[in-house]
Amino acid sequence: MSERLVEQLHALIRSASTDLPADVEAALSEAERKEPPGGTAANAFGAILDNVKMARANLTPICQDTGSLIFHVYHPVTMDTLAFRRAIEAATGQATRDILLRPNAVDPVTGKNTGTNLGAGVPYVSFKAWEQDEIRVKLMLKGGGSENVGAQYRLPDSALGAGRDLKGIRKCVLDAVFKAQGMGCAPGVIGVGIGGDRATSYLLSKEQFFRRLGSSNDDPQLDAFEKSLHADLNQLGIGPMGFGGRTTVLGVFVAKQARHPATFYVSVSYMCWACRRKEMTLKNGEAVYDQA
Amino acid sequence: MIKLEIPIPEPKIRELRVGDTVLLSGLVVTARDAGHKLMVEERPRFLDDLLREGVIYHCGPVVRKEGERWTFVAAGPTTSSREEPYQAKVIESYTVRGVIGKGGMGAATKEACRKFGAVYLHAVGGCGTSIAQSVKEVVAVHKLEEFGTPEAFWVIRVVDFPVIVTMDTHGNSIHDQVREQSKQVYERLLND
Repeated sequence: MSERLVEQLHALIRSASTDLPADVEAALSEAERKEPPGGTAANAFGAILDNVKMARANLTPICQDTGSLIFHVYHPVTMDTLAFRRAIEAATGQATRDILLRPNAVDPVTGKNTGTNLGAGVPYVSFKAWEQDEIRVKLMLKGGGSENVGAQYRLPDSALGAGRDLKGIRKCVLDAVFKAQGMGCAPGVIGVGIGGDRATSYLLSKEQFFRRLGSSNDDPQLDAFEKSLHADLNQLGIGPMGFGGRTTVLGVFVAKQARHPATFYVSVSYMCWACRRKEMTLKNGEAVYDQA
Repeated sequence: MIKLEIPIPEPKIRELRVGDTVLLSGLVVTARDAGHKLMVEERPRFLDDLLREGVIYHCGPVVRKEGERWTFVAAGPTTSSREEPYQAKVIESYTVRGVIGKGGMGAATKEACRKFGAVYLHAVGGCGTSIAQSVKEVVAVHKLEEFGTPEAFWVIRVVDFPVIVTMDTHGNSIHDQVREQSKQVYERLLND
C-alpha cells in the first residue's frame, strides 16, 4: 500500500469535511439574499455562511456530524482495488485520529462505537472500471440526520394518488420534502432515483449528490422535470432549518434506470445544506483535486 | 437579544416567546439517543444537580483530547425528533428548563414544556465549528466508554450560546406553524 496514496486520500477527506464546495456556498449566499434582512431565515443563512468560512479557515469540520463516508472510485482495469480499499481505510482511520472525522461507525447490536470509522461495511466504496488511464475518486460525507428523512415509494401509491409516470414521481418528491420539514437541515439537495430495485434505487438517488448545483440533466425530459420540481418545492415555504422561508431546497437531481416490469420504485434522498463532496483525479501518481 | 444564565428559574422561562433570540451561558449537558433511553429507563442520579433547572443539548460533538483535557472542535445540534419518545418524561423527572436541538419536537414535548415550564431552543444545524466557539470548557464526561463519543453525556460550560426559542411554555411552536402553512401548499401542489 502506497503511503503517498494514503496521504492523498487523507487530503481529500480533510477537504470534504472542512471546505464546502463553492457552488453550494454560492447557492446559500443567494438564498440569504432572497430573505428579508434581519429576519430569522436571513439570520440562519448568515450563521451558516459564517460557520462555513470559519471551518475553512480553521481546518475544522463544518458540521460535527461528519457523516458516513461514501467513495466512488473510477479506475483503469489494471488497478488493484483491494490495495486501494486498504488505502482508503488507512486514510479514514488517520483522518479520525486527526479530528477531521467524528467516529461514526457503531455496531447496531452491541451498540459499541469502533472509534475509527471502520467497521463491517464501512466506509462504503464502489469501484467502477473505465477505459481512461487515470483514477477518479469521488467522496461524499453523508450526514445521519438527512439520511433519516430519505424515503422510498412503490408506485402506484394510492394514498398519494401517484401512478407510474412523472406526475406520480413528482408527488413522491413533494411528499418526502414536506415530511422532512427542517429535520434534514434544510435547505437540502434532493436526489431522486427512478427505477431499479430497492437497493439500487436508493444508490442512484444518492449518487446524484455528486452533481454540481445548477448543472443541467443530460436528459432533456428529466432536466425540465428537475427545474419545475425545484420551483414547486420552494413554494412549500419550509425554509432554512424549518424556520419558514423562500428556499427549502438548493437543488433537485433526478436519474432513471431500468426497472423490472412488476416494480416501480422512486427513492428520494436528502442531503443537508452542508453538501460535502470532493473529487480527486490521480494520474501517474499525481493528485489533482476538484477538477470539474 | 435575551441573555440567560443556567440554571434558569421557571418564571424566566415562562417569559420567553417563540421567535426570541437567546444567548445562553452556564453548564449544559449533551444527551442524544442512548442518553435519553438511559435517563428514562434507569433514571440515573448523577445528572440530578446538573439538570435541575438546567439545559440539555442534543449534540454529538467532535472532540479533541490533549493530556487529560478535552475540548470541543465541532458541536452543532442533532435532529431532536428522535428523542420525542423520551423528552417529556426527562423534562418532568429532572426539572429541565431548556432543550437545545434542531428540527423541533412533537406534541408530547410541547405539552411537557407548557406543563412543567420548559422551552425548546433551536440552534442552527450544521454550524459545528462556530457553535464550538461558545463552548469554553469541557467540565466532565459520563458514559464515554459505554456510549462512545457522539452519545456520551458531555458536561460543558458555554458562554453566549446563540439559540432561538421555537417552542415556548404557552403552547406555541414555530414548527407546528411552518408545518401547517407548508401542508396547505403541499396539498394544493399534490392536486395540481
